[in-house]
Amino acid sequence: MSFINYSSREINCKIVYYGPGLCGKTTNLQYIYNKTNPETKGKLISLSTETDRTLFFDFLPLSLGEIRGFKTRFHLYTVPGQVFYDASRKLILKGVDGVVFVADSQVERMEANIESFENLRTNLGEQGYDLNRIPNVVQYNKRDLPNAVTIEELRESLNPRSVPEFQAVAPTGVGVFDTLKAVAKLVLTELKRGG
Amino acid sequence: MGTQLVMYDEEYNRINAVCDRLTKDANAKVVFIVDKNGQLISASGQTQNIDTTSLASLTAGNVAAMGGLAKLIGENEFPNQIHEGARESLYMTIVGTRVVLVVIFDTRTSLGLVRLRVKKASDELGKIFEALVKKTESPGGMGSPFAEISDEDIDNLFSE
Repeated sequence: MSFINYSSREINCKIVYYGPGLCGKTTNLQYIYNKTNPETKGKLISLSTETDRTLFFDFLPLSLGEIRGFKTRFHLYTVPGQVFYDASRKLILKGVDGVVFVADSQVERMEANIESFENLRTNLGEQGYDLNRIPNVVQYNKRDLPNAVTIEELRESLNPRSVPEFQAVAPTGVGVFDTLKAVAKLVLTELKRGG
Repeated sequence: MGTQLVMYDEEYNRINAVCDRLTKDANAKVVFIVDKNGQLISASGQTQNIDTTSLASLTAGNVAAMGGLAKLIGENEFPNQIHEGARESLYMTIVGTRVVLVVIFDTRTSLGLVRLRVKKASDELGKIFEALVKKTESPGGMGSPFAEISDEDIDNLFSE
């Protein structure tokens, strides 16, 4: 849920990166963090386990610039991807303005992708959101791996509504900013509509 | 889903005034108001060395997690939380349904005093936020400042 402050002329929006465990959600945020000017970003916070698995969330605040005199800020969050952290995932979706679904292109992760996608739909529904209406994009990550399935196959299972989709290799940054820009644009367009 | 949070000058000033007064009356180091979704609304006191954006996000995460725990044991939520450190302590209280008041304090004051002052400030803030929600929902509300923007404005944000 965006927060508009007329007094400080700021608008804040929340974007959540969702997807199965080890699909690269945190890697997306780390890449964005590493490649953004210090003055436009805040600290990257990762609440993770000792083995670097996301335990609760990662958080990265980002300033995108001004629109009509309003500073536009985006708060990027990831959810913990592992199946048993479902209660935490639900909490992080509260107040979301836009969703990036990060899919793992590896053939052996297809089932996990589909399960996570359905879990996203269910958890959004529990918060009163509809995946068919909330701004969302899909990122097919790990495109560089030899066991990656075809885009057609991924699309068929994970992008039934043909929302904007991107191929990515998150550690090297391929597709990372394209994904972010696309979801940010959708969120702003929704705000324009008065969503 | 709840309504979008919109802040106007008048309410913003009133909220800041309550926070400033609470900082003084409770002898606190810092007072924050955070939206339950993790947006910082107001900060008062010695905020120079604190990463306020991170604090807001982590507060919201903490309140959400405690709220989840509360529901698991049949409570609606835990409206007050205290975290005591060796030097600094943190008191959080939920105001109304959607904001959290956070007070950071040290040994120059006491938990009793903080609690007492927070109670009063929390009542005042509750009324202000109630009025704010009504104002936002009223037909004469200012609505989204983004209604007027063009696709070009959005595109310009991403051209570098």
